[in-house]
Amino acid sequence: MIRFERVGKRYPPDINALTDIQLEVEDGELIAIDGHSGAGKSTLLKLIAAIEKPTSGVVLVGGQNVSALGRKAIPFFRRNLGLVLQNQNLLFDRSVFDNVLLPLSIAGFAPKEAPARVRAALDKVGLLAREKALPIALSGGEQQRLAIARAVVSRPNLILADEPTAHLDAATAADVARIFMEFNRVGVTVLVATYDRNLFPAARRISLSHGALVT
Amino acid sequence: MKTWFQQHINAARLAIRRLAATPLNTLLAVLAIGIALALPAGGQMLLANAQQILGQGATQQTTKRATPRVQISLYLNVDAERGSAESLATTLGKNPAIKSVEFIDRETTLQRMRQTAGLKEVIDALPNNPFPDALVITPNDESAEALESLAAELRSLPKIDHVQLDSAWIRRLDALLKVGRTFVALLAMLLGIGLIAITFNIIRLQVMTMRAEIEVSQLLGATDGYIRRPFLYFGSMLGILGGLLAWSLVLAATATLSRPISTLGELYGTPLVLTSLGQQDVLVLLAAAAGLGWVGAALSLRQHLRAPTNG
Repeated sequence: MIRFERVGKRYPPDINALTDIQLEVEDGELIAIDGHSGAGKSTLLKLIAAIEKPTSGVVLVGGQNVSALGRKAIPFFRRNLGLVLQNQNLLFDRSVFDNVLLPLSIAGFAPKEAPARVRAALDKVGLLAREKALPIALSGGEQQRLAIARAVVSRPNLILADEPTAHLDAATAADVARIFMEFNRVGVTVLVATYDRNLFPAARRISLSHGALVT
Repeated sequence: MKTWFQQHINAARLAIRRLAATPLNTLLAVLAIGIALALPAGGQMLLANAQQILGQGATQQTTKRATPRVQISLYLNVDAERGSAESLATTLGKNPAIKSVEFIDRETTLQRMRQTAGLKEVIDALPNNPFPDALVITPNDESAEALESLAAELRSLPKIDHVQLDSAWIRRLDALLKVGRTFVALLAMLLGIGLIAITFNIIRLQVMTMRAEIEVSQLLGATDGYIRRPFLYFGSMLGILGGLLAWSLVLAATATLSRPISTLGELYGTPLVLTSLGQQDVLVLLAAAAGLGWVGAALSLRQHLRAPTNG
């Protein structure tokens, strides 16, 4: 599913975010990436999502060389990903429902079937009752769950989540983690960057330290 | 294809929603565009009217051609006999440089002049008909040199009192109209550039305020086209709204001016009716407004949509 071949990422002037990463992720795996702040967890996920390009090495996703994707190909590649980034990037000027609808309308999903898909996604994260609310009216945990619903509404086979449980209390964090594990159970490959390795007991663990893999 | 169509409808809807979301900004933008477009549109309206009036003047004396035809009027001596005038007409009709000759006898002229307001008493007071027989000649070649040489030839004929080239005033007005047209074209060009600048700036501000939405959309797999489309529709719609405003401004101007102008016409004894922009002009106006709005938006997006995708 995902393969990193001697991947390095250097930010100017001279910061090595990642060095010589060698990594293989199988289809349907649940991976928890941990490491201290600044260890390179976010960068690793951004390389997979083609948000950043590696300065050396090759990142392959589903056999595709992500680093070589052209500007025109990137949107279509991203439609197969579920992204939950650190700042959830919710749109606060539209309802919960419309936030989840956005990926479908971007992909040109048939408007007749879209509402059912949106509600199914909201149902999975337990936000079905709040579909008319504005994101600002949601609690931190609910906003996080909304971001997850938006990430999964187009039914991706790969979900990337960057600190989805940060700033959440223990109970809520466990709740959010459970949602990811449920998706993984039905065959979705999930990569989660997290401080708290105990939230994902079943996950294969990858540790990063100063941009390098620790085994 | 269906998806493509749907996406365009969505983009247009989104553009409308954005227009409606900031009514004051929209209103100000439409005002700026409308007033800018009203100037050349109004100029075009006045030009079309001037042309109309000139065309009327020309058709009264000549054929029904749109461009006024050049004519030469030949006035015979008052004491020339009827027979010589008619034979002259026949001779001239055979001249290869002359297309047609129209003979207007002095009695007809007298009758016509008596019908003109205020002249009846004056003419009746005269002991005899002061008007000469006249020949109105339409030449084949309308170039200036040919006309001059033909006029000279006609002047040398016997019993001719006066040869008048009727083209002079028409040409002057024609030249004046040409100046007017050039002026309107220049105005349209300058204000068209202004319109592009207005939409450019509006779209720039929009892109800035919607940065978050644009970035999220890109992360969710939106193509450049998907992101650009609503802005392009937005620009075009602003243009069309401005165009409609310009049209109504011209309509209002026509309505306001029509009474004083017809009064002016009455004073000169000719009916002057001010007509507003023709259908074709309105279509051109709206199409140009939409197109320029689109161009302004497109240029702005090219400049400001080089979005950094790193979050």
